[in-house]
Amino acid sequence: MKITINGTPQSTTAATLSDLLTELGYGQAKVATAVNEGFVPATMRAEHKLTEGDRIEIVAPRQGG
Amino acid sequence: MPRFYDTEVTSRLMLGTAQYPSPAILAEAFKRSGAGIATVSVRREAGGERAGQAFWDMIRDLGVHVLPNTAGCHSVREAVTTAQMARELFDTNWIKLEVIGHADTLQPDPFGLVEAARILTDEGFAVFPYCTEDLVLCERLVQAGCRVLMPWGAPIGTGLGLNNIYGLRSLRAHFPDLPLVIDAGLGLPSQAAHAMELGYDAVLLNTAVARAGDPAAMAEGFARALEAGRLAHEADPMEPRDMAAPSTPVLGKAFL
Repeated sequence: MKITINGTPQSTTAATLSDLLTELGYGQAKVATAVNEGFVPATMRAEHKLTEGDRIEIVAPRQGG
Repeated sequence: MPRFYDTEVTSRLMLGTAQYPSPAILAEAFKRSGAGIATVSVRREAGGERAGQAFWDMIRDLGVHVLPNTAGCHSVREAVTTAQMARELFDTNWIKLEVIGHADTLQPDPFGLVEAARILTDEGFAVFPYCTEDLVLCERLVQAGCRVLMPWGAPIGTGLGLNNIYGLRSLRAHFPDLPLVIDAGLGLPSQAAHAMELGYDAVLLNTAVARAGDPAAMAEGFARALEAGRLAHEADPMEPRDMAAPSTPVLGKAFL
């Protein structure tokens, strides 16, 4: 299935957002997620099913003003 | 010291964490200034870098309150989603709400700001809105649930200081009991002292410290200026006058 992760088109076999994070090596990482511009809490990732064309954002703490 | 949403902070300085020459200099700036709040952001994590975790560990070691921002967001939807992600990442309901309305001046979009503030307040956020000194906008933000206002001094990163003294003074007079923070545009400690003399509760700055030749010294300079300005405000300053008035007694002067 083709999806977009942080603006980059990619292919994945992951069925859920949780699976995708594991596949990408973000298993225990301090990240937050959004799918198609909507926030998906960490507690909902396991049941959030991915579909073709989904736009995934994976963000982390950064410097800011 | 100011209270933000029932949390008392130990300093009138809120300091950004971006643009420092190194993490060590950032930490030193916080140490020397005693800044009580650090602003942070959320950004895309590049594959496998784990830069986010390292940064978060360093911020936690500072032992200060963390205020995540929605910097760079130009729409209500973007700002709300960013705030939701920030709440989970930083484990705080505080959010510095930025909804940018103009690419050149980075001035807030007042209409989007009020809408986003209302949505986030309803979701339990403690909203710190980056706004202008416009009285009507500020009234709307308070009606939307904001219990602190953060008007700009000047556009972000300019160092121009307090561009509208009259407007800032009016805002202070209009909201005598609400915490008011000058957010953005400061370049020098004297400008921060002026904000305190006007009765403002705190200032938030980043570039003026991070881009100084010696950021830690500049941070301490700001902290001292804030203290001086606040003391002056509490000391009930004299009224300015146009005509000279001798300070040395006229009576008793020798006739020569």
